[in-house]
Amino acid sequence: MFDKLIKKAGLEDIYDKVIHEERLSSEDGVRLYQHPHLPALGYMANLMKERLHGDKVYFVRNQHLNYTNICNKGCLFCSFYALPKDPAGYVLSPEQIQERMRTYAEIPISEIHMVGGVNPKLPYEYYIDIVKAIKEVRPNVSLKAFTMIELEQIRRIGKKSLEETLIELKEAGIDALPGGGAEVFSERVHEELFHAKSDSDKWLDTARTAHQVGLPSNATMLYGHVEQTEEKVYHLTQLRALQDETDGFLSFIPLSWHPERTAISHLPGPTGQMDLREIAVARLMLDNIPHIKSFWIMNTPAVTQVGLWYGADDMDGSVLEYEITRDSDTDRMQALSQNQMLDMIAEAGRHPIERDALYRVLDTPDPVLPSYLSVELEEAHSTM
Amino acid sequence: MITDIAEKISAGERLNYDDGLRLFLHPNVTELGLLADYIRRQKHPDPMVTYNIGRNINYTNVCWVRCKFCAFYRPPGDQEGYTLPDQEIFSKIEELIGVGGDEPESCEILMQGGLNPKLKIDYYERLFSEITQRFPAAYLHSLSVAEIVYIAQISNVSVKDALMRLRDAGLKSLPGAGAEILDDEVREAIAYRKESTQEWLDVHKTAHRIGMKSTATMMFGSVETVEQRLKHLLRVREVQDESLATREGYFTAFISWSFQPEGTELPETRKATGYDYLRTTAIARLMLDNIENIQASYVTQGPKIAQIALRYGINDFGSTMMEENVISAGGVSFVMPTDEIARLIEDAGYSAQRRNTRYELIENSDR
Repeated sequence: MFDKLIKKAGLEDIYDKVIHEERLSSEDGVRLYQHPHLPALGYMANLMKERLHGDKVYFVRNQHLNYTNICNKGCLFCSFYALPKDPAGYVLSPEQIQERMRTYAEIPISEIHMVGGVNPKLPYEYYIDIVKAIKEVRPNVSLKAFTMIELEQIRRIGKKSLEETLIELKEAGIDALPGGGAEVFSERVHEELFHAKSDSDKWLDTARTAHQVGLPSNATMLYGHVEQTEEKVYHLTQLRALQDETDGFLSFIPLSWHPERTAISHLPGPTGQMDLREIAVARLMLDNIPHIKSFWIMNTPAVTQVGLWYGADDMDGSVLEYEITRDSDTDRMQALSQNQMLDMIAEAGRHPIERDALYRVLDTPDPVLPSYLSVELEEAHSTM
Repeated sequence: MITDIAEKISAGERLNYDDGLRLFLHPNVTELGLLADYIRRQKHPDPMVTYNIGRNINYTNVCWVRCKFCAFYRPPGDQEGYTLPDQEIFSKIEELIGVGGDEPESCEILMQGGLNPKLKIDYYERLFSEITQRFPAAYLHSLSVAEIVYIAQISNVSVKDALMRLRDAGLKSLPGAGAEILDDEVREAIAYRKESTQEWLDVHKTAHRIGMKSTATMMFGSVETVEQRLKHLLRVREVQDESLATREGYFTAFISWSFQPEGTELPETRKATGYDYLRTTAIARLMLDNIENIQASYVTQGPKIAQIALRYGINDFGSTMMEENVISAGGVSFVMPTDEIARLIEDAGYSAQRRNTRYELIENSDR
């Protein structure tokens, strides 16, 4: 019946490719983006997700650190940055970063995610120092830090080659790169929304170099603003091509744009169907990237949980103190407790796997169903 | 696996209790969506989602019942208690017609309030007649079962007589409010002062017999199990079978929403997730083969999950709800302008079409 419904929806050829593990074309990608039968996309993406990961869903106990919000790039979709000289701007010293980490000393955090603005005032040594400071507090934590855009700035201020910069940061303690700042690989969107920032070629070159020096990374795409379908498909196929070359991407994270407090807040922002569609199409197109993450802060916890059946095998983590996207000026704390995450995964009929930044397995807690679902099927018999 | 249930659905066979329970225990939400969307397309082949222009008027918050899940009521004598003056009700209706236009019976008025010992049937008869005379564009889709039973009781008339008098005064149809979970074990736990399962069903049956239409609802995610949700769905289906057989009134739509724990006597309750909502909605579409329309609850689910639900069996986005006081007293409330409703519907691949409370299409004069 389900394959009949997929065929009836006019997706038979793509379904055949998915079943036979054939690579999807750009044209297939465009059709998937434009196809209205959302559960059909989810159904196919889930076949692929289960082939790769069975019923596993990865999560991490992590802390986010944003070392500075000062940024000279002025991207129109961003609500986080303060321009140099803006009184709202801040820079965290290595000591302040350590202090923030010690606030959560009793939580077994395995991943630190650290990104910031492109702050032209910070010297090269600062970046090395904050990396070392983090490893001093938690020597065993896996540290995921600096987007491709920040790395470009760090290289420039240090007057070093990108390769040399990456090797020095790696020696100082970073384990992986988070993959932000990719936005949408489109010259048109680049011109319109983030022209001061480096373009897609530069982003891909930086990722390639990082992978070559042994630093794996994630990859992202920020959607739901002015981009077009073809541009998103191009973005995915570019990532797929680089992955064929380097095998350095750990995961892909579609980022649902939030209009609040940005320069283009008149745009309505992505819908729930779009959020699920991005997860499903990414899973189907990116046949060579192991993990697809639904980042709950951007997608909302509700959509993220549904996304566990639309191709996502990772829901990120506890995320203490996230500042990049938030709906009010004052609320910095955004966190899901360990129990909330486990509950979401268990309710969805999945098996939780705690991981670190490199997807090394740390724990496999037993899922516990919420009480409303605790019904023995054998006991059930017709009463009506 | 649910392949055999899928085959039944494909063959147009009615699902039974065991089928329903297996669907509730089936975690693959995309498969439930595929099946519910298939049935939705059988019942509504046009790629269209309807919506309604209407508003809630919570005419009184005085209520002696004190349900644990309600953060809206004030007990009699409480200084925060109110009953709206007629003029205020009229000006709310004028505001609604200002938005919805003056086509006859096109603007839905959902009057709902507490069980206020001061308001007997003559209050409602007078108010409803006056609204009907003053505002031909208004359509009174008002009063929950609890209110009707209580009005009948304090006015010393039967429920049937009360319904006939209210109907003659201008009440056109009944909203399905207060159904909660139609299972006495659950009702005793969360709404023990309210009507029983049988009473709730009987009032709707009686309304159907005197030619009135109504809707049915389900509030899930408080203390019930999926078995009790399923019994609820089957009880509604059974009443609908009987009502359709008599060719008088019937349920026009089914709406499920999730319990909002904030501000209630059950604040620690784990809040139902969007995943649960989508599965429950899809299963409702599959079980309720004799109810034409399934409505979204964006007020409790928010725009993202409500829009996703348009591929989980839902064909109607509900009413624009110019104001909403009951659920918002419980913490969460999403109110949406018509343009935003239309954008979400169109983004999901449908055309947005305004309807009236009888589900007849009317021109999109508001856009």
